[in-house]
Amino acid sequence: MLRDITIGQHFPGDSIVHNCDPRLKLVATIGYVVVLYACGNAVGVALSILLLLALYAIAKVPVKLILKSLKPIVPIIAFTGIINLLFYPGETPLVSFWIFNIYPEGITFAVLMAVRILALIAGTSLLTYTTSPTVLTDAIENLLRPLSKIHVPVHEFAIIMTIALRFIPTLVDETEKIMNAQKARGAQLDTGKLGQRLKALVPILIPLFISAFRRADELAMAMECRCYRGGAGRTQLKVLKFGKNDFLCLGFCVVTFGIILATRWVFPVIG
Amino acid sequence: MEQMLRAQNVRFRYDPEQPVWALDGVTMDVKKGEFVAVLGANGCGKSTLAKHFNAILLPEEGTVLVEDMDTRTEEKLYDIRQKVGMVFQNPDNQIVATVVEEDVAFAPENLGVPTEEIRTRVDEAMKMAGIYEKRKAAPHKLSGGQKQRVAIAGVLAMRPDCIVLDEATAMLDPKGRRQVMQTIDKLRAAGVTIVSITHYMEEAARADRVLVMSGGRIVMEGTPQEIFAQTGRLHSYHLDVPQAAELRDALEAEGLPAPKQIITPDAAADWLFELLK
Repeated sequence: MLRDITIGQHFPGDSIVHNCDPRLKLVATIGYVVVLYACGNAVGVALSILLLLALYAIAKVPVKLILKSLKPIVPIIAFTGIINLLFYPGETPLVSFWIFNIYPEGITFAVLMAVRILALIAGTSLLTYTTSPTVLTDAIENLLRPLSKIHVPVHEFAIIMTIALRFIPTLVDETEKIMNAQKARGAQLDTGKLGQRLKALVPILIPLFISAFRRADELAMAMECRCYRGGAGRTQLKVLKFGKNDFLCLGFCVVTFGIILATRWVFPVIG
Repeated sequence: MEQMLRAQNVRFRYDPEQPVWALDGVTMDVKKGEFVAVLGANGCGKSTLAKHFNAILLPEEGTVLVEDMDTRTEEKLYDIRQKVGMVFQNPDNQIVATVVEEDVAFAPENLGVPTEEIRTRVDEAMKMAGIYEKRKAAPHKLSGGQKQRVAIAGVLAMRPDCIVLDEATAMLDPKGRRQVMQTIDKLRAAGVTIVSITHYMEEAARADRVLVMSGGRIVMEGTPQEIFAQTGRLHSYHLDVPQAAELRDALEAEGLPAPKQIITPDAAADWLFELLK
């Protein structure tokens, strides 16, 4: 069951979306989310979805993966959809029952909102699908580097991220081993009331924590042996370079985002 | 021949309040290019000694010299660590990055090596350790032996003169152990000094010199042939002899005098072949 947990699922590939500078991808994803909400009309949202689908097609990420990333948020969408439907104010109610009035405006707004959330998740997923966690960490470190001038420990955050990503699979394996060991001793992990189940977790968490601390200790020593002394004076194997292709991508993003945003002044803004 | 490592009357204890000495007057040296194996039962101080060679631990009394640099000289700390690389038991707890080549690059990155040179060093180290084909892989997808070779490559990328293996094969299966031993042979051929702390007598039998530790002291020293000829004495330090030497002793007990220098399976096979011909 623990094997199903995947953080930062990466779908390796060799498309222009994959190879584009990760810093640009990160900024563009944030830009995309802003544009998605700022355009405020159905045409704009439709265009942004078209853009996203085009990018997914270029990246050759299978449709199945998109659906998989969207599945967990269906309840959230349904919830916000219903709330918007019931409480969005309008002029002439379409249906009224008990204390609720449903207006046509409410329906359009609810649909628009649901589509936006879907696009938001699919858009950010595209980033994690096409960028490996390490590269993404590099990009974040690189973008935040100016902050180290004001003593924000940017390098430390980056190394913490890298080590966390590195140890997730190791600790997942370890958890499975401990669970099996405790099951072999008669622990019942999958049955019983909630309280009992929570209690049954204690003999799993304690060994897991102890082992994690021991690992941390050894890792620290191994890092010292390899001359680690913080971020000062460190060089890098892979230096991020903003190449010609990246400028093209940047141009593409500016133009498409601009067009989507421009629809705001052409079509009526909803909500 | 010049000395790579020198320990002079080193004493060390983990708790300065207690009169329990983990190292109780160790004097030893390792020549450049030599392969020294250190044997000893659990708690004899062999891992503690290993950690003195690159200033992870500092002696309470006595001195440890790495090519004439005292490990207590703080300004030389990173020179010492760059010269003496250390590989530990659990490969999982030594790998920092999520991609093999990035992990191998960790040490040169820390040393501030220019980017282009990191690339050449990393490729060189990965080829030496025999994991070049796996350079893009995630460490958790590798086998134990492969992971340990990644750890060795990570140390090699510093271009050390000496590598200390602190029970580096203890957690590996026979196949992984063989892979790591092959890598060690390659390093030896390249002139790297090797100190191997080990439980496996078969590994020690391949060394140039064997040290046996007990109770924080060095109690035996000599070539593998000399050491493994003294089965009784080794047993008194809770150590075994290699299987080939065990066979030799068993045959001798049955009245078949076997030469003392038989300590490797190959030597035993050759001798038996001659005998049976």
